[in-house]
Amino acid sequence: MITAQQLADPAAVRGLLGHIDAIARRLPRRVTFMEVCGTHTNAIAAAGLRRLLPPQIRLISGPGCPVCVTPVGYLDRAEALARRDDVTICTFGDLLRVPSSHGSLEQARARGADVRVVYSPRDAVAVARAAPQRTVVFLGVGFETTVPTVAAALLEAERDGVANFLVLSGHKTMPGPLRALAGDDDVAVDGFICPGHVSVITGSRAFSFLPEEFGTPAVVAGFTPTDVLRGVLALARQLVDGRAELENLYGRVVSPEGNLTAQALVARTFAPADATWRGLGAIPGSGLELRQEFAARDAARLEVPLPEPEEPAGCRCGDVLKGLIDPTDCPLFAAACTPEAPVGACMVSAEGACAAWYRHERSPGAAQ
Amino acid sequence: MTRRPDTVLLAHGGGGRLTRELVRSTFLPAFRNPALETLTDAAILEPLPAGRLALTTDAFVVDPLEFPGGDLGRLAVCGTVNDLAVAGARPVALTAAFILEEGLETALLDRLVASAARAAAAAAVPIVAGDTKVVPRGKGDGIFAVTAGLGVVPTGRDLGDHRIVPGDVILVSGPIAAHGGTIVACRHGLAGGGLESDCAPLNGLVEHLLGSGVEVHAMHDPTRGGVATTCNEVAERCNARLVLEATAIPVQPAVTAVCELLGLDPLYLACEGRLLAWVAADHAPRALQVLREHPLGREAACIGRVETAAAGGSVVLRTAYGVERPLDLLSGSEVPRIC
Repeated sequence: MITAQQLADPAAVRGLLGHIDAIARRLPRRVTFMEVCGTHTNAIAAAGLRRLLPPQIRLISGPGCPVCVTPVGYLDRAEALARRDDVTICTFGDLLRVPSSHGSLEQARARGADVRVVYSPRDAVAVARAAPQRTVVFLGVGFETTVPTVAAALLEAERDGVANFLVLSGHKTMPGPLRALAGDDDVAVDGFICPGHVSVITGSRAFSFLPEEFGTPAVVAGFTPTDVLRGVLALARQLVDGRAELENLYGRVVSPEGNLTAQALVARTFAPADATWRGLGAIPGSGLELRQEFAARDAARLEVPLPEPEEPAGCRCGDVLKGLIDPTDCPLFAAACTPEAPVGACMVSAEGACAAWYRHERSPGAAQ
Repeated sequence: MTRRPDTVLLAHGGGGRLTRELVRSTFLPAFRNPALETLTDAAILEPLPAGRLALTTDAFVVDPLEFPGGDLGRLAVCGTVNDLAVAGARPVALTAAFILEEGLETALLDRLVASAARAAAAAAVPIVAGDTKVVPRGKGDGIFAVTAGLGVVPTGRDLGDHRIVPGDVILVSGPIAAHGGTIVACRHGLAGGGLESDCAPLNGLVEHLLGSGVEVHAMHDPTRGGVATTCNEVAERCNARLVLEATAIPVQPAVTAVCELLGLDPLYLACEGRLLAWVAADHAPRALQVLREHPLGREAACIGRVETAAAGGSVVLRTAYGVERPLDLLSGSEVPRIC
């Protein structure tokens, strides 16, 4: 999405680009910086920042789109639940069109399933309150930013005795995959732009392991073009100076310790669990499941027939998520896989690397 | 006389006494004109002025039915009037059909019908024929409306995408996305803060522009899908490359704020009282001045231009930093994002 604010201040952008150009000339080789937040992906693409950066700096998108990293098995389960006559599914809109093994929630809805798009988990509690005879399942997909709102909805349902409000948790936390990527020898990331929204909740300290354990420079940055470019500049400077630190450039909203109230809400309702990331595989402790005392609200416990999960053939979402290839390097990109008929999850959500690339970065007039 | 029921009953659609009463108590007094008053099978119109005929129809299913700046009734009239106006046609007559859901409050129906009548009066177009049906509770969303419009394109006037040529300048008559932004805001309890639909009949503005003698090649009203979608349709039809300037496109701050909150792009949100005009480059400054003379065009702006396409039609947006990026059709509808 483009906003007036994001587009504001071209003079500041030009100034930053000048500094980046100057520092880039002192880099010993071409370097790769990775951002891991769907909002960064979109902001970078919408403003066209990649085309403004000097060729020595490659900016790639990691696993920052929660929809994109949600495994097919989760979507199959959601769809199977949707097919039950007694279940109403409430979901954020991005999930509707993500392909499951044999369909999508959108297709299930067209065939009669009760699937509703909500903007807040609390809207789903309201749906449950209004229809006590139905089992209302909220599809909990999202990172640390989203989880506190789901926790608040769970506690609201507890407090008000809304027994028919359930959550299917596909929630994930960010440090795990960053650790995996930083430690993966195939993935050559020279610096991380840490997720700004997630950091508001977790605090910037959650990412200090990147320089401390892996010697990789990291910044926490905001989302306007000037925020992103300040992040790029800081990473480049660290490399030129031979430093590896965590710099918080988003201090206007991110503190070192984060939002303690939100963290407490999450800790009351969810517990760390192993999770599978599409494209990255199983990462220990990188997911969140409902705590034992909320077991009755855990939709994963509802019995539904599940198909054998089928990953789409030829899809290279995994390599895109690891930054091994650009979306355009995938043979399916813009050919078999488009936003109208997405094969891989990265093409579905507006925040997905492939969708953002397709929407904003194809060279104008290129084959469609 | 029996007391008028305060909700619409299934029997109101039965064709009997209640139907007649609904027509006589609600629709006829609001829309009153000689052609309608006969209440016969078809409205008979006076001979039309010289020119080619334009005919259009549109269906309206807006939720909520009433919103800041308008309602379903006003929308149903403006939508059809505007489709005629941007084609260069002077609206002559409208028809209106209403599908009512059993249980609809008659007070609400009265308000919507009165609002439609006011919009028709503002556009100076009579509603000459109509129909009403009632569907059982649960089979409709309160009220659906379908309007059709007949207009005349005066002899000698020729507007359309076939006239768009490279070099043409693209004008918009005011800030975009106010209607779409207001509707989504209402649906999510975010209304207020100066948000108001731009819903308005554009035939007066169009006649003012065309009457000034500036060379207008084509006009469109960017309704569903917004400016981005309309421009894509034009680019495809005339096989041209449209370049829009991001910083030149006017968007009210309240609309920007709602879009930021809900993760929507104003370029894809509907306007219901704005027009896009493709004008000859040397006429653009004058056209902008003429638009700004009219109350509905005060904040008109020049937002882009037409270039020769290398291969196929396309729309690109030049960002504030001088980078061009494609501005595509939306895939599906705008959906809320997760973070």
